[in-house]
Amino acid sequence: MTYHSISQMIVFFLVAGLSAPLVGRYLAWIYEGKDTAVERGTYRYLGIDPDSEMTWKTYGQTLLASNALCFLIGFMVLWFQGSLPFNPRHLPSLSAPVAFNTAASFVTNTNWQAYAGEAQLSNLSQMISITFLMFVGAATGFSALMAILRGFVRSRGATVGNFWKDFFRFLYRAFLPACALMALILVEQGVPQTLKEIRTLHPVDGGTQTLVLGPVAALESVKNLGTNGGGFYNANAAHPFENPTPLANMIEMFGMLTFTFSLPFLFGRLLKRSRQALAFFAVIWILYAGGYGLMQYSEQSIAPAIASMGVGSPVSEAMTPGNMEGKETRFGITQTSLFSNTTIAATTGAVDAAMDSLNPIGIGVALFHMFLNEEPGGKGVGFAGFLKEAVLAIFLAGLMVGRTPEFLGKKIEPREVKLAMLSSLVTPVLVLGLTGLALLLPAGKAGIDNPGPHGFSEVLYGYASGNANNGSAMGGLAASSPFYAVSIGIEMLFGRYLPLLPLLALAGSLVRKPIHPRTAGTFETDGFLFVVLMLGFMVVVTALTFLPAMTLGPIVEHMFMRTGGAF
Amino acid sequence: MVMGTFIGREIILPATKRAFQMLKPRFLAKNPVMFVVEVGSLITTLIMFRDGATHDPDFSFTAGITAWLWLTLLFANFSEALAEAQGKAQAASLRSSRQDLVARLLEGETSRFVPGDQLRKGDLIRIVAGEMVPGDGEIEKGAASLDESAITGESAPVIREAGGDRTGVTAGTKVLAGEVTVRISTDPGHTFIDRMIGLVEGATRQKSPNEIALTILLVGLTLIFLIVVASLPAMASYSGSPQSPTVLIALLVCLIPTTIAGLLPAIGIAGIFRAFKANVVAKSGKAIEVAGDVDVLLLDKTGTITFGNRQAFGFHPALNVTERALAEAAWISSLSDETPEGKSIAELSRNRFSFGDPPADCSYVPYTPQLRMSGVDSKTKSVRKGASDAIETFVGSPLPEDVSRIIAEIGNSGGTPLVVAENRTVLGVVHLKDIVKPGLPERFRRLRKMGIQSIMITGDNPLTAAAIAKEAGLDDFFAQARPEEKMNLIRKEQEKGRLVAMSGDGTNDAPSLAQADVALVMNSGTQVAKEAGNMVDLDSDPTKVIGVVEIGKQLLITRGALTTFSVANDVAKYFAILPAMFVAAYPSLSALNVMHLATPKSAVMSAIIFNAVIIPLLIPLALRGVRYRPIGATRLLAVNLLVYGVGGIIAPFVGIKLIDMGLSALHAF
Repeated sequence: MTYHSISQMIVFFLVAGLSAPLVGRYLAWIYEGKDTAVERGTYRYLGIDPDSEMTWKTYGQTLLASNALCFLIGFMVLWFQGSLPFNPRHLPSLSAPVAFNTAASFVTNTNWQAYAGEAQLSNLSQMISITFLMFVGAATGFSALMAILRGFVRSRGATVGNFWKDFFRFLYRAFLPACALMALILVEQGVPQTLKEIRTLHPVDGGTQTLVLGPVAALESVKNLGTNGGGFYNANAAHPFENPTPLANMIEMFGMLTFTFSLPFLFGRLLKRSRQALAFFAVIWILYAGGYGLMQYSEQSIAPAIASMGVGSPVSEAMTPGNMEGKETRFGITQTSLFSNTTIAATTGAVDAAMDSLNPIGIGVALFHMFLNEEPGGKGVGFAGFLKEAVLAIFLAGLMVGRTPEFLGKKIEPREVKLAMLSSLVTPVLVLGLTGLALLLPAGKAGIDNPGPHGFSEVLYGYASGNANNGSAMGGLAASSPFYAVSIGIEMLFGRYLPLLPLLALAGSLVRKPIHPRTAGTFETDGFLFVVLMLGFMVVVTALTFLPAMTLGPIVEHMFMRTGGAF
Repeated sequence: MVMGTFIGREIILPATKRAFQMLKPRFLAKNPVMFVVEVGSLITTLIMFRDGATHDPDFSFTAGITAWLWLTLLFANFSEALAEAQGKAQAASLRSSRQDLVARLLEGETSRFVPGDQLRKGDLIRIVAGEMVPGDGEIEKGAASLDESAITGESAPVIREAGGDRTGVTAGTKVLAGEVTVRISTDPGHTFIDRMIGLVEGATRQKSPNEIALTILLVGLTLIFLIVVASLPAMASYSGSPQSPTVLIALLVCLIPTTIAGLLPAIGIAGIFRAFKANVVAKSGKAIEVAGDVDVLLLDKTGTITFGNRQAFGFHPALNVTERALAEAAWISSLSDETPEGKSIAELSRNRFSFGDPPADCSYVPYTPQLRMSGVDSKTKSVRKGASDAIETFVGSPLPEDVSRIIAEIGNSGGTPLVVAENRTVLGVVHLKDIVKPGLPERFRRLRKMGIQSIMITGDNPLTAAAIAKEAGLDDFFAQARPEEKMNLIRKEQEKGRLVAMSGDGTNDAPSLAQADVALVMNSGTQVAKEAGNMVDLDSDPTKVIGVVEIGKQLLITRGALTTFSVANDVAKYFAILPAMFVAAYPSLSALNVMHLATPKSAVMSAIIFNAVIIPLLIPLALRGVRYRPIGATRLLAVNLLVYGVGGIIAPFVGIKLIDMGLSALHAF
């Protein structure tokens, strides 16, 4: 790595790491404080009683019902796009599978794009089915997390909060202001923000060039802050209008981590245990940074088959040499590895390079992040999943201290284990089951572009991404074919709500329990050992579940590449 | 328990037989993980027959896998059968001690002899010296000295009498002296021994919440691995290396947590059995486990922390009196005092100053509660020892100022002063105090390290209580406690989210015993108390509750350790099986064969053999339990994670390699 690379990486880690406690503290202040006038107005307008507390069931039902309604609106707008207003280019309606896939994708915060944004969507579709759903998806995730956190924070309670209150407080006081601020900064960096759609240019070499413009900066900010990932342009963050400069690249990465990195600190604040927050953050950060380290290492190496052709040397002194296939020269290896690792780990799914062209280890890292989906994971549900992981790890190992395992003073008993386990089953069932199915059916096999392990990885990646609500893809998979559009569409919905509901139920069960005081017999979850335990548990269990699939994909590809081959 | 806990042929043989009986699907269905193994074994058995009929070259491999799959099941069953058999053997030898007991059943004015096992709850029987107690019950009339060595192993006779809190008698014990009328308190089949046998045999053994939670986790892991293996044929075919069902089943069995699932029942039974060996009979396995979770231990002062009675501790002579003179006067005046306090004074005086024979021709004044003093009268002098106001009356003048000061000091320190006077002269004061049982401070320190707070309950005044609590090393005390306050104290602690353990024996303890999470009742206690508690200590040792806590902790640790070990083992098994499965299609995957196993077949075979053999190897650990050490939860977890987690990752690499070397040497595959 060059001096430039290292300094960029350090600055980024410092900014992301140091801002996290501050943002966490701010979020805690939002949730613990009183309603503002705007919020009271909204509640009155919508006829909501913000002071009625909900049980986990009511909370879950409200969450599902509100999301279902938003999904339906999004789907209708896309399906009838051709007959709806704000469509100056007279774009046709989307096919039912693609409309379904897209609405499912954005309401679940996945942002898997089976369509090409600038070519297929009208302004109305971009506003309702894309941007509106991006806000809904992210705010829903944070609300669900708040309910789950209350399960731990409250002692002998019955309720887990009010969905609407959590939703609007986050939206009004954190999400919208942050998006506005970020949009301004991005405009300064050169990202377009206009309602004029098309600009026709006459370049010096003759002919005409058509530039599709639009409210790109606004979408770009919510895309990253909400860990959504759906780009205005099909090329996503590799497109110069979405991500014009290395600084814009850094800002966008920072946006993905602003809220997600702060969640351990929000929790620590609510628990009044700041050491605990640090321990959670340490686990998440080590997995995140470890993934980056591996990816950077892997991308710095050039496949022997390519090196023998004499390509792959850096274009400038400041650049780290490595695998430049599918990368933007303005970002280089380091910024691309950082961006790729961050976008996958935070389940944003925005990309500033072709994931398909990463070296196998890089793809392996991306897959691993999506299987775990918790370091930091997206928009609240990532951290909720992390807490589920902690419940299971502490149950398993905590028995070895000789008492019924406790996590943050709450006893882990059959109901908790059952719910956490139910939630954990969803990822293997969806990812492995659907990958197996796709490889079995002719419709699935027909959609694979590349042969051998690389094609295998593409399918695995697609389903890992859909389940994790990540949204990034390796090219080469026919994402808009009816088989993949529908199966990944269904998977995104299942992958979003199926693990979340057991976790809400878990919160409902935990909230009733008393908080057991800490004694010398309690395993302290805010120390070094907890960090080691969590890392060991998360890595080993994920590896055990996905090793066979990984073996047939990136592992064998890596082994083969080392010997000078390629698929 | 006096009987040995050896594992001999008389246990091994029936356990082996039972291991085969337990292969019935109806039985294995109770253990979902092992049930999956059984279904897999049935499928490979069918494949084996097909391969045999078609002379398939894979026959020997399929047969080998099939054999080891069935062995896996048998090993798991054997561990459970062995634990059961151990418990049953002990129970049987106990039961034999009570066979042929004859009871003298009272019917109105008459009585007749009936066999002991025909006694019903509520029957009234009489037992005289030299007879065996034919059934569990409570003394209604009379008092007796009993030899309880048959159930407790303790040879010193104990006193049981009507009224008070020591009315319980147990079948199989012997009346040495006295005659008692006993009301039978249990129907046949419901005595402690029967309950114990039931617990061990599983008839009444319900899974404890913790065992259920762990089972759910294991089932969840099994489901995950089922999905992993079920999705593999499609992936493998796509990758150009279709897999045989035998190999897939072998992979599945290797991955699912068979080690812990196989040993789980044995661990639970062994826990009950360990408590039983400590002479504690639990009403359920759950009670023992809950003991491991206890946060607060309530202990009665008298009999638990201190010996039952106050004892002489020191002599404080008045001005111009030697200690020897005071001790001698205290000694002779206590010779006629039969109370434990009096005896202790005589003993202390003699130990310090070795006096000769007591003076002849004098008349003793024995201690009576009315007189509140004892003494001796001779021609020349009249010596008395007693409560200060009684002695004041005896000498006929107020006590000297220095003596009063000593009395006040002793009172302030929590002790009891007894004043000694000769004729009209006050000689000094004997200091009596509660003597804390030896070794207690160490035990309470141990408890503190476990995170358990010990609180003493006493009817004494706060001053006395504080002094004793400090001496015994207790964390806290609760003075001037009445029974109903004890219950409030338990409730208060429970509201804070803490689990409370206590031991007791009296009927007035019953409400608190019922409220406490863990209630150890003395076997000598009343029936009401025994009903209220959730375990009974046959030795009637109130401090035993500490041991029960350790047994509970050991039980949970053993489960956690073997689960961690079982899951950690999977890493090595993957490194054996995955390259074996796919190396034909992708030769570069041979880099994953880090153990350099000879052939793909021997790799799969070695993994499945290791998976089976590890179960019997771990049976001794499952039965004995992982040792509990009070070194603080975090350190304990670190140690156990290192041994069973990291060890669990490394051990199978070594084991599988060794088995593979063995198979290669035999040219097996």
